[in-house]
Amino acid sequence: MAISAVSDTTLREAPPPRRRRLLEDERWLAFVLLVPTIVLLGMFIAYPFIRGILLSVTSSRVGMPGDFVGLANFHKIFNDGIFRTAVYNTFLYTGVTTVFKLALGLWLAMLLNRNFRGKAFTRAFILLPFIIPTVLSTFAWKWMFDPTFSVLNWLLYHLGLITGRINWLGDPDLAMISIIIVNIWRGVPFFAISLLAGLQTISPELSEAAAIDGAKPWQRFWHITWPLLLPVTMVVVLFSVIQTFADFQIVYVMTGGGPANATHLFATYAYQIGIGTGLLSEGAAISLAMFPVLFLVVIIQLLYIRRVEVR
Amino acid sequence: MFFYVPMALFLLFLLFPFYWMVITSVRPDGELYRPWNSSNYNPFWTWKPTWDHVRYLFEETLFASWLWNTTFIALASTAISLVCGVFAGYALSRLNFPFAGSLGTGIFITYLVPQTLLFIPLAEIIRNYRLGDTPWSLILTYPTFLIPFCTWLMMGYFKAVPKELEECARIDGASRWQAMLYIVIPVAIPGILSAGIFAFTLSWNEFIYALVFLSSPEQKTVPVGVTSELIRGDVFYWGPLMAGALLGSIPVAIAYSFFVEHYVAGLTGSVKG
Repeated sequence: MAISAVSDTTLREAPPPRRRRLLEDERWLAFVLLVPTIVLLGMFIAYPFIRGILLSVTSSRVGMPGDFVGLANFHKIFNDGIFRTAVYNTFLYTGVTTVFKLALGLWLAMLLNRNFRGKAFTRAFILLPFIIPTVLSTFAWKWMFDPTFSVLNWLLYHLGLITGRINWLGDPDLAMISIIIVNIWRGVPFFAISLLAGLQTISPELSEAAAIDGAKPWQRFWHITWPLLLPVTMVVVLFSVIQTFADFQIVYVMTGGGPANATHLFATYAYQIGIGTGLLSEGAAISLAMFPVLFLVVIIQLLYIRRVEVR
Repeated sequence: MFFYVPMALFLLFLLFPFYWMVITSVRPDGELYRPWNSSNYNPFWTWKPTWDHVRYLFEETLFASWLWNTTFIALASTAISLVCGVFAGYALSRLNFPFAGSLGTGIFITYLVPQTLLFIPLAEIIRNYRLGDTPWSLILTYPTFLIPFCTWLMMGYFKAVPKELEECARIDGASRWQAMLYIVIPVAIPGILSAGIFAFTLSWNEFIYALVFLSSPEQKTVPVGVTSELIRGDVFYWGPLMAGALLGSIPVAIAYSFFVEHYVAGLTGSVKG
């Protein structure tokens, strides 16, 4: 007590400088603490967003400001066959990978939720596909899918499943399947580890009690685990949908949008048009075309989180 | 049976590409480019391991500079994001001020903005600020996706610190600023570690901004350098490519292995909401 009394008097003897007094006010302190964040996010998110919208209604190219053209860019891309393919691909890619990532991730999470030797070790290794730079690991996949030197072809051939070579990345449908496989590979660890964290909050006593009452394993999963896990599942799925919908790296490395522009997503096509050919405003329009879907998902997520918080 | 078989299959599926990376990067070219259907070809092992590909990376390419660039950019942007995220998280979770709620929601929304939505206008802005082709173009833009995550995570940790702890310090004469710096923030150090390791891996892995904002080979980061400098037209140098992929992954894997628990806490905290 004596020590604090001393420090009290020393503090009071020297009148606090103006700056210190301002920081004693909760609102000023909050303002000071938030300024760096607001400046950075304003400069590099809010401002580019507005610039993007302005860009998409002009005819700018690299090094040329361009004139106001209204919605001509959007009109042009909606009549562009490649853009339509990209839209279709993006929805297909997001839908298919999300279903597989959820199913496989949940399965893996349930496997990891048991006690076995080397559990911590296994969990650490399982996350590797998610940790390692996606571009770099995607190159390993590209090499595995190589038409001439493919180890997958070797494997399938020696298992007796194929007789000739499969040109994985040369055929539009197979290329799409290959890309989907890589995305699932990258996303399963994220789903598994997040869902595992959710599973660990569910008391095993609930399942045990149901088992005593005669509930079968499948019934226990469907009536106990699944509903209790649903909040976590929802958030994980929505996060993953946003990331997958706006994905760029896997397609850029695996196919570059080819063969013959058949595997483009929004982002890769926007890159090809905006940066590759320098049609800045058209590229910005393609990027912005993602916005309505992303906006919808974000709204769902916000509403959902609020509802969970209120409960 | 129903445990070990699926578990083994999962591990095989998830880890095989890394094995393939390792084996390719030490395999001589003569073995590498043997068609998959040629006879007595064993793709899974090599008896003549070589360091040629690694040597090529360091002697013939700028790989060492890419590694340094990536490390510097990742550390700097992580540091900026941590400072901003800790401050913002503290303000949003423990202080009362007007518009706190809507500001929190705003930051959460920026958390969900993917880089691919804004990269074209951002490239123009970077050019206008004369930041193009410098590490600062990335050090200043990476925080846009790191700060929201750090803030979000730190809010969770700060909320768990009891108010009494801070009030005691203030009764003993500490200012608000001191109470925050010396009482609340130290309690939340596990959260800072989690946010830091997560932010570090995210900025190490970032690709599209680095691809668009950097143009000269000596400025590039590992993911971009490997993508653009190890491929000549249609020719892929698979040995050096895989060696580069492997060596570019090792630093982040090491950082991760030291902080696995913190990383998992960050990952699950980031989606918990």
